Amino acid sequence: MLSATDLVVGYRRGRPVLDGVDIELHPGATVGLAGPSGCGKSTLAAVLALLLEPWSGSVTLDGRPVRRFRHRVSAAERTSIGVVFQQPRLAVDPRWTLDAVVRAPLVASKRRDDGIVAELTEAVGLTRELLGRRPHEVSDGQLQRACLARALVLRPRYLICDEMTSMVDASTTALLVHLVRSVAAAGTGVLAVSHDDALLDAWADDVVRWR
Amino acid sequence: MAEREIVAGAIGQWRQAARTRAGTPRGGAGGRARLRLGVGAGLLGVLVLAAIVVPWLWPASEQLFDYTQVRLPPSGEHVFGTDQAGRDLFVRTLAGLRVSLLVAAICAVGAITLGTAVGAVAGFLGGWPDRVLMRLLDTVNAVPHLLLGIVIVALYRGSLTAVIVSIVVTHWTTVARIVRAEVLSLRRRPFVDAAISGGATRGHILRRHILPAVAGQAALSAVLVLPHAVWHETALSFLGLGLPPHLASIGNILSDARSELLLGGWWNVAFPSVLLVLTTLATAGIAATLRDRLVPRRRSELAL
Repeated sequence: MLSATDLVVGYRRGRPVLDGVDIELHPGATVGLAGPSGCGKSTLAAVLALLLEPWSGSVTLDGRPVRRFRHRVSAAERTSIGVVFQQPRLAVDPRWTLDAVVRAPLVASKRRDDGIVAELTEAVGLTRELLGRRPHEVSDGQLQRACLARALVLRPRYLICDEMTSMVDASTTALLVHLVRSVAAAGTGVLAVSHDDALLDAWADDVVRWR
Repeated sequence: MAEREIVAGAIGQWRQAARTRAGTPRGGAGGRARLRLGVGAGLLGVLVLAAIVVPWLWPASEQLFDYTQVRLPPSGEHVFGTDQAGRDLFVRTLAGLRVSLLVAAICAVGAITLGTAVGAVAGFLGGWPDRVLMRLLDTVNAVPHLLLGIVIVALYRGSLTAVIVSIVVTHWTTVARIVRAEVLSLRRRPFVDAAISGGATRGHILRRHILPAVAGQAALSAVLVLPHAVWHETALSFLGLGLPPHLASIGNILSDARSELLLGGWWNVAFPSVLLVLTTLATAGIAATLRDRLVPRRRSELAL
């Protein structure tokens, strides 16, 4: 279980963005998080992805408390949580081909490709030709497909989707959500952040609505 | 009708102002930049070629004393004339230029290596390493560069290594500043977050994401450092603190030429100076064109 209790997080001293928030992600379940823009959804996603250190409160990963964030948390803990960011354009290095982007976590953690890359790129619908292109040569939707594949390539136990579908068209949304649902059915705990209520109703087992 | 003309005029003015701000004023700036690059590259090419070929064709004559040929004005036999010891100034100046360019190139490589390393580490780590390194940089910058160079060279007289070290020590700071600024803007991009989440270490992110992104800037600052290094070496040699006096160097030649000027030997000063100025102008022209292409911000921001 990935959980956060009594979180207080902010960017400027004295002005917390989240104040006393609790959330739990269980393996195999999808939690939807909805709310207007600026209400702190992405901030919560960043904390749960261990990329942003909260001011106070605790984050627990599979029963063990997480005390450090970003680089300081162990690579094993970091890689057990996959993240898909809102803007695929900013979330990839513009110099890398899509293939390198998808493989990056395998390279960084010195793991071998046991066929997962081929499996995932096929599941997200990226052809060999597209994988050879660079980010500026593909659309946002195609790039987000690569980002989802990258997030899943280390078979994380949890997946944080921070507004994953806000930059992509309906058919890509359907494909990405379908893949995330099948991953969740296989035992991954998913946090689905979105401001699209209808999408979350169809996607998540349980939707938390803020404000 | 009149109103429309006023609006059109205002838009025209605004466009011109925007172009000027962007550093691409109307009137064939592209053509002028190409001309500047072409002239710079051509000039530098000829000078480098001459500096390599001429001392190689007359290997000994830069040091060859010939007291039958003392203080000759420029002629067909001695194109740049001869100095007080009868040495041919054409060969000697080009040999000096070769030394200056070699020293400058080594210094430029040294300065960007040190500057990129410090700038990247400071910018990427942030916090106290950043503060410590930046205060160190301020300390180096606070001392006049030539003075610092003189102190280092005075401690190790007549050594080429000391000259190189003194130039590197005073020139890495600009590179470090530029690289740090670039790294600061990169380190919080989402793709760095994605890499962290994918298990990448800080060293891995620095090597695979950050350094490739700043490589262009670093290479550009190397070219910008080059003319500075040439002048710095010349200044040190001119003061008698640079290269050993028997080695030809533009600074040494100019230093010797000071006394000749009183005897009417203008060629002792004129030709080495002109070559020095042409070399630095050519390099600066190339650097400026590259800078405008690589960094399309306002020019003043990156002026070194």
